[in-house]
Amino acid sequence: MAQTPAFRWAGDAEGGAPFVEADPSQPDTVVGFDVEVAGLLARGLGREPQFVQITFSSIDQSIARGDADVGLSGVEDTMTRRAALALTIPYYEFREVLSVRASDTTRFRTLADLRGHRVATLSGTIAYDLLLRAEGVHGIEAVSYEDDVHPYSDLVLGRVDAVLLDHVLAERRVRTLPGFAIQPEAVAVGHYVGALALAHGGLRDTCNDILRAAMRDGSLERIFRKWGVWSGDQARLYARLLAGESIPPVSLSRTSGMKEDALESAGTISPRQATERYLPSLLRASGITLVLSCLSMALAVAVGIGIATGRVYGGRAMRTALIAYVELMRGTPILLQLFVLYYGIAEAIRLPAFAAALLGLALNYAAYESEIYRAALEAVPQGQLEAARTLGLSERQVLMLIRGPQALRLALAPMTNDFIALLKDSSLVSVLTVMELTKQTQIFATNLGSWVLPGGLCAALYLAMSLPLAALARRLERRWKAQTP
Amino acid sequence: MEGADAVTTPVLQLHDVRLQRGPRQVLRGASFDVGQGELVAVMGPSGSGKTTILRAIAGLEVFQDGRVTVGGVSLTAGDHDSATLHALRRQIGLVFQFHCLFEHVSALENVCLAPVHAHGVRRDEAERHAHELLKAFGVDHRVAALPRELSGGEAQRVAIARALAVNPRVLLMDEPTTALDQERRGELGALLRNLVGQGRTLLVVTHDEEFARTYATRTLRLSDGRVS
Repeated sequence: MAQTPAFRWAGDAEGGAPFVEADPSQPDTVVGFDVEVAGLLARGLGREPQFVQITFSSIDQSIARGDADVGLSGVEDTMTRRAALALTIPYYEFREVLSVRASDTTRFRTLADLRGHRVATLSGTIAYDLLLRAEGVHGIEAVSYEDDVHPYSDLVLGRVDAVLLDHVLAERRVRTLPGFAIQPEAVAVGHYVGALALAHGGLRDTCNDILRAAMRDGSLERIFRKWGVWSGDQARLYARLLAGESIPPVSLSRTSGMKEDALESAGTISPRQATERYLPSLLRASGITLVLSCLSMALAVAVGIGIATGRVYGGRAMRTALIAYVELMRGTPILLQLFVLYYGIAEAIRLPAFAAALLGLALNYAAYESEIYRAALEAVPQGQLEAARTLGLSERQVLMLIRGPQALRLALAPMTNDFIALLKDSSLVSVLTVMELTKQTQIFATNLGSWVLPGGLCAALYLAMSLPLAALARRLERRWKAQTP
Repeated sequence: MEGADAVTTPVLQLHDVRLQRGPRQVLRGASFDVGQGELVAVMGPSGSGKTTILRAIAGLEVFQDGRVTVGGVSLTAGDHDSATLHALRRQIGLVFQFHCLFEHVSALENVCLAPVHAHGVRRDEAERHAHELLKAFGVDHRVAALPRELSGGEAQRVAIARALAVNPRVLLMDEPTTALDQERRGELGALLRNLVGQGRTLLVVTHDEEFARTYATRTLRLSDGRVS
C-alpha cells in the first residue's frame, strides 16, 4: 500500500511570530498560529504536515509551480490571488493600521493627514497597494520594505513618518520597540487565507470543510487565543462564513478616503492594459537604476583608481590598509554591507536610502575596480615609464600622462563588464527601500499574479540599458586598441 | 681613435662606478670621460654591461660605488634623490634600443610631451620645435601617426627627436643600428654626425663594429665590467 504523502505547506519563518517562526528552544522546528492551522488541516486530511520554507514574496509562485500543497504565512486574500490561485475561505480577519511616532499621534491620524510624508510598508501586500493608491489620492510617498521589522525601526529613527501594516504585525512590534503608537482606527480590513494551486480545487474544498469544522468546534479560536491574537472580529467572521456569506477580500474604511474597485482589478486586466498601467512606473524605476548605477560606477572608478594608485605607489602601511579594505569588501556579501550602511550605522549616521545605496554599491565595486586598475598599472611596460622619467617627467606626471592613460585602455574591457554587473547588482538596493527596476517588477508581478509579462518587460529594460553601454565600450576599445600595441 | 684618452673639457664623466645586480658584479669600476662634441661608441660582448652604463648615467640604475657627472651634476652611489635626478636628466637624452615611444599618443605628442610638461615650454612653441625636429629627421609627414604605425627607422628618428626636444647636452643611444638595414644605418650615421657637427655630445652603445669605426670619434671597450 502506498504511503500517504506528507501535507507540504509553505511559509516564511523570517516573517516571525505569531505567524511562523523558528522555535527558539528547538530551531529546527517552527511555531506560530499558521503552523497550528497547517497542523489542523493536515490532521483533517490524515496526512503529516511538512513545512517548506519559501520567501514571503514568492509563496504564490511556489504554490502555482507545485513546491508545496498550500501557502500559509499571513497570505492575504486579494482579487489577484483569487484569479491566480485556489484560495481557502478566510481563517483570520486583520485590520490595516497606521503606526506613527508617539509624538505624532494627534498630527497623523489618517492617510489624508500624511500628505507629502513617507509611509512605509511591506512590499507585495494589500497595505502596499493601499499606499500606492494613496499616493494619487492623498499625496503621500509609499516606501516599500522587504521585511516587517525595519519599517518600524525607520519610523522611530525618522526616516519615514508612518507605517501601514496588519495590526498583528504592528502590535507585535510595539511591544518590543518603544517610540511609536498605533492609531486606533483601521484603514482597511483584510483576511488571511490558505493558497493552493488552481488545479487543486478539490483539496481546497476539503481544506475549507476542515476550516469550517474548526470554526464551529472552537479549534481555530483556541489556536488564536493561544497566540494572543483572538478578537471579536474573528467570531463575527466565522459566523458570517458558517452562515454561507461570501466575504469580500478587502473592505476599506470610510476614513481611508479611497474606493475598493481600483485597488482590486489588477488580476483581471489584459496584458496590454497591464503594460500601459505599469510601464510608466517601470520606466521611472529604470531611471533610478540607471542614475544609481552611473553615479555608483563613477564613484567606484574614482575610489578604485585611488586605491590602485595607493597600492602601487604607497608605503607599506598604506598598502596593508588598502589590501585589508579590498579583501574586506570582496570577502563579505554586498547585501551585508548595504544593511550595515543603512541600518547598522543608523544610530550614528542616518544616511538617506538613495545615498546609502549609492555609497554601498560604490564602495563595494571600488574594491573590484582597484584590482583591475592595479593590474593594468603594473602591466604598462617599464620601458614606457623609464622613457618618461629620463625625459624629466616627475613620478606624478609619469602616472598622469603615461601610465594612467595606458592602464585605462587596458582596464576598459573588465571595467565594462563590471558596469554591466553593477547595473544588475543595483537590484539589491531594494532592501534599502530604493524602488529600482527589479523591485518594481516584483511588485508588478505580485499584483498581476504572473512573472511572464513583467519579467519580459524588465529584461527588455535592462537590455536597453546594458546593450548600448556594451556597444559604446566596444567602440572605445576598438579605438584605443588602435593606439596600443 | 680608440682608448680612454683624457678629454680636456669633459661633459660626461664616470668615475670608478661599481654596480652589482644580485650576485653579479656588472660594473667593476668603470671610468671614462666624454668631451663636448664627441661621438663615443661603447662596445663589448653581450652581457658586458653596455646598456647598464647608459642606464646608470640616466639615473635608472642605482650603483654601489663611484660617481657619474653630467654637465656638472653628479650622481653618487646609493639611492638618487629626485632633485638631483631632475637636474641630471635636464642634461641628457636617452634613445632606447626599442625606442619606447609612448604608445598612446602621436609622434608629434611624443616629441612635445616633455618640453610642455617637464620644462614648461608653451604648447605652440613646443609643437613648432617638434615639427622642426621631425622635419630635420625626415619624418615630418608622420606627425599624426601612432608609434605602432611607424616603421622601425621612422620610430627611431621620432625617438631621437623626442630625446633632443628638451635640448640635452649629452645624447645617449642604445644599440641604434640593431633593426636597420645597410642603407638606414648610413642615414643614421649621417644624422648623428650632423648632430656632432652641431656641438652635441653622443655616447652610443653598439655591437656594430663597422658603424663605430665609420662614425665614432672614439671607441671604448667594455669587458668584464671595466672600460678600456
